[in-house]
Amino acid sequence: MQRELIKGNEAVIKGALMAGCSMYFGYPITPASEIAQAAAALFPLLGGTFVQAESEVAAINMVYGASATGARVMTASSGPGLSLKQEGISYIAGAQLPCVIIDVMRAGPGLGNIWPEQGDYNQIVKGGGHGNYKTIVLAPNSAQEMCDLTMLAFDLAEEYRNPVVVLTDAYIGQMMEPVEFPRSRKKVKRQPWAVHGDAESQGNLVSSILMNTTLLEDHNFALQKKYEKVAQENTRYEALHIDDAELILIGYGIVSRILLNVMQMLRDQGKKVGMIRPITLFPFPQKAIADACEVAKKIMVVELSNGQMLDDVKLAVQGKSEIEFYNRMGGAVPTVDELLEVVQKYI
Amino acid sequence: MKAAVLKKPSAFYDKFERKGGAHQETTHYCPGCGHGNLHKLIAEALTDFNVADRTILISPVGCSVFAYYYLNVGNVQAAHGRAPAVATGLKRANPNSIVISYQGDGDLAAIGTAEILHAANRGENISVFFVNNAIYGMTGSQMAPTTLVGQKTTTTPYGRKVSNEGFPIRMAEIISTLEAPVYVERTALIDFKSISRTKRAVRKVLQNQIENRGFSFLEILSPCPTGWKLSAPDAQQWIRDYMLPVFPTEVFKDTTKDAETLQYSHREYTDGEVLDVLGLSELGERKEVTKEFLDNFPVQNMKIAGFGGQGVLSAGVVIAACGMNENLDVTWIPSYGPEMRGGTANCSVIISNKRIGSPLTTKPNVLIAMNGPSLDAFEDDVVPNGLVIINSSIVERRVKRKDVVTLYIPLTEIASNLGLTAAANMVCLGAYLEFTGIMDYKLLFDVIPKTIKRKNMIETNIKAVEAGVQYVRENAGKN
Amino acid sequence: MPDDVIEIAQDVPSLEVVSHLCKGCALCITHCPQRCISFTEKFNELGYKYAAYDGAGCTGCGVCFYVCPEPGAIIVYKKVRER
Repeated sequence: MQRELIKGNEAVIKGALMAGCSMYFGYPITPASEIAQAAAALFPLLGGTFVQAESEVAAINMVYGASATGARVMTASSGPGLSLKQEGISYIAGAQLPCVIIDVMRAGPGLGNIWPEQGDYNQIVKGGGHGNYKTIVLAPNSAQEMCDLTMLAFDLAEEYRNPVVVLTDAYIGQMMEPVEFPRSRKKVKRQPWAVHGDAESQGNLVSSILMNTTLLEDHNFALQKKYEKVAQENTRYEALHIDDAELILIGYGIVSRILLNVMQMLRDQGKKVGMIRPITLFPFPQKAIADACEVAKKIMVVELSNGQMLDDVKLAVQGKSEIEFYNRMGGAVPTVDELLEVVQKYI
Repeated sequence: MKAAVLKKPSAFYDKFERKGGAHQETTHYCPGCGHGNLHKLIAEALTDFNVADRTILISPVGCSVFAYYYLNVGNVQAAHGRAPAVATGLKRANPNSIVISYQGDGDLAAIGTAEILHAANRGENISVFFVNNAIYGMTGSQMAPTTLVGQKTTTTPYGRKVSNEGFPIRMAEIISTLEAPVYVERTALIDFKSISRTKRAVRKVLQNQIENRGFSFLEILSPCPTGWKLSAPDAQQWIRDYMLPVFPTEVFKDTTKDAETLQYSHREYTDGEVLDVLGLSELGERKEVTKEFLDNFPVQNMKIAGFGGQGVLSAGVVIAACGMNENLDVTWIPSYGPEMRGGTANCSVIISNKRIGSPLTTKPNVLIAMNGPSLDAFEDDVVPNGLVIINSSIVERRVKRKDVVTLYIPLTEIASNLGLTAAANMVCLGAYLEFTGIMDYKLLFDVIPKTIKRKNMIETNIKAVEAGVQYVRENAGKN
Repeated sequence: MPDDVIEIAQDVPSLEVVSHLCKGCALCITHCPQRCISFTEKFNELGYKYAAYDGAGCTGCGVCFYVCPEPGAIIVYKKVRER
């Protein structure tokens, strides 16, 4: 089937609709507003719901409500909005509800600016709200993956009853690339735990409160077990040329696109450079990186943050290989030449 | 003897098992607390209307956080103040359900002020019960937004001072000023008469939702004997003496009769309909291209730049779509962030036979300069032997570089002669493909109708392509 | 909606305070128009001195039922209305 040339942000919405998503609640923020606009244009045409909420806080709580009915529901925002949504995300994780959240990262802290950064890593990957929870985090690096990973996000959210965040940036969102969409829309199944407002679900309760310490501790241990299961079953990454690589480049999102050029150029020069691109940031591809360290003497992490993913790489590497780090912040994105020069120092 | 029995309504659970512990037949509420009265009135109405199975109750944060222990309905517990937003999600997902947002004064009138006002303003078809007891009961008798002036609480130990805490907020009055709500009333739970009035109001507020009439709001002045350190009868008297003068009990708004009944319809859409809506039904099959074409395709790292309005972004989209049609990998990205410079609109387009890494063209092998500033901004970036296409109608200078291929075309002039200055970008694309031969320029005839939004412009744009091709044919080698 | 109609042994109208559910708030006692509910001297398992029907005087008005905040603590037996 022919592909459509489409922006990543729009591919998210078309992917969501094909995944059976019927409800969108959001609040405008640059650079994620295009997702809301695409949702506003398309959801009502398929009998779905689009509500522009009064706040990010309200939007995520509308998501909570809709999710409690088992509907496939989503929201999208950027860093400052995600900070506000953390309360709701904690409740959604605590009540074990499925939902999909798109974070088109911008530069911070504070109001920062609207250019791309990866400074939301900690608040998204480490569970930015209160309590012992995790969100499943997917990091697309193309318009095709904006569609595919959004669709996957709905499946994972439902399978594990957990919020899933698609963590992306303005470049991936603004970029147009060919995308092949599925030809058939996913049918949404009735969830046995959901509150439908009918006799069959009358006894159901959606809640995150457990006053009894034993029960709440059990709940917390069960959540951790679930996250381990996610890690076993759904750790995803892309590995290129790692079998003989002496230096492995690690980056996600737009950074991985630039690193791909750098790796290709160095490979053309006969340099043994490989690359690991985490596709899931939680679960983090710890084992893949640890295994690659058996061969690679050096690991190079490139991030558009102050080294937020670097911590996870260090945990994976466990001192087995040397780690170099290069970063830009504040909306600056390195060029291919810039990274090439940096990487060459370490070969 | 035969007797008509007035007893616990069946919308309550027989036993409150979720409560746990030893006493599963009583509520957790303190003696004389109004929550119990209101729960009874709601349960009675749900029983009488026979809608308990359709009902979803949202328990808030506050003393009624455990409302889900008691009512045998679908139950959802919400974050502090967020119940109206949660209700919005629930109701929109299941319009046939009866959604109750049950909230206290801290929840609704302080931390959740935005949520209640906007749910009311949207006219969400939900029923809101607002329990106003002028104090934070659960957390230990702190000041509420509805605490009376002079009232002592654990956070206003010398009494609420207007200069420090402002005045008690009157939510029913505020909400009644909005267009959308159909019913707004305040009642009290201080004696049989006021409780009977509350009973009628509870039924009204639920009936409105059952009849799909829209947003209904009931504020209830409710005793908190523990928080106020009074006996239950004295707490009722306290409401009479101190709360009623500040919070009058009346119907503030009732447009129920005039309210248009909300209509809900739901149907499944076929895949065909879905694809139509998403614009995916007429994409056709992928074109087969020869391996030879793919293997030999020279990667195009393009920078297209000009004034806003010269169509540089759409030229990029069109040429990228041509590449896609030829089964090549393509990316298009508009000028973005710090990369934007020189007062120009520009985009990067990469067309490649290999997987594309960075979508940003920092060293183009094709530069299209639609105006002078664009040439100034990007001339130095072009790789040696790269191609620079210059809109000679506007760009006054020549290319300084000696190591690049140049193509000067009066794009604007040619387009203007066709009666559409804005088609200069398409003149350029025709010229570019004819000059380089990387793809057949006729591809543009397929792509333009799918890409150009204004359908009456298609013909002129196609003519513009032809004119560009023609210009190259007539002037090749003259640059 | 009509109330449930049942057959009972005691006189109708009458009322019953379910002693182990009463929290002793005194609202039924205060509001009973017939003054036919009083505190007992006994404590129930919740630790409250509970209320009880005096055994006579009830008109089945239902006031005690509605002023009582506990869902199941008071049951009122009213006369069945003739159609």
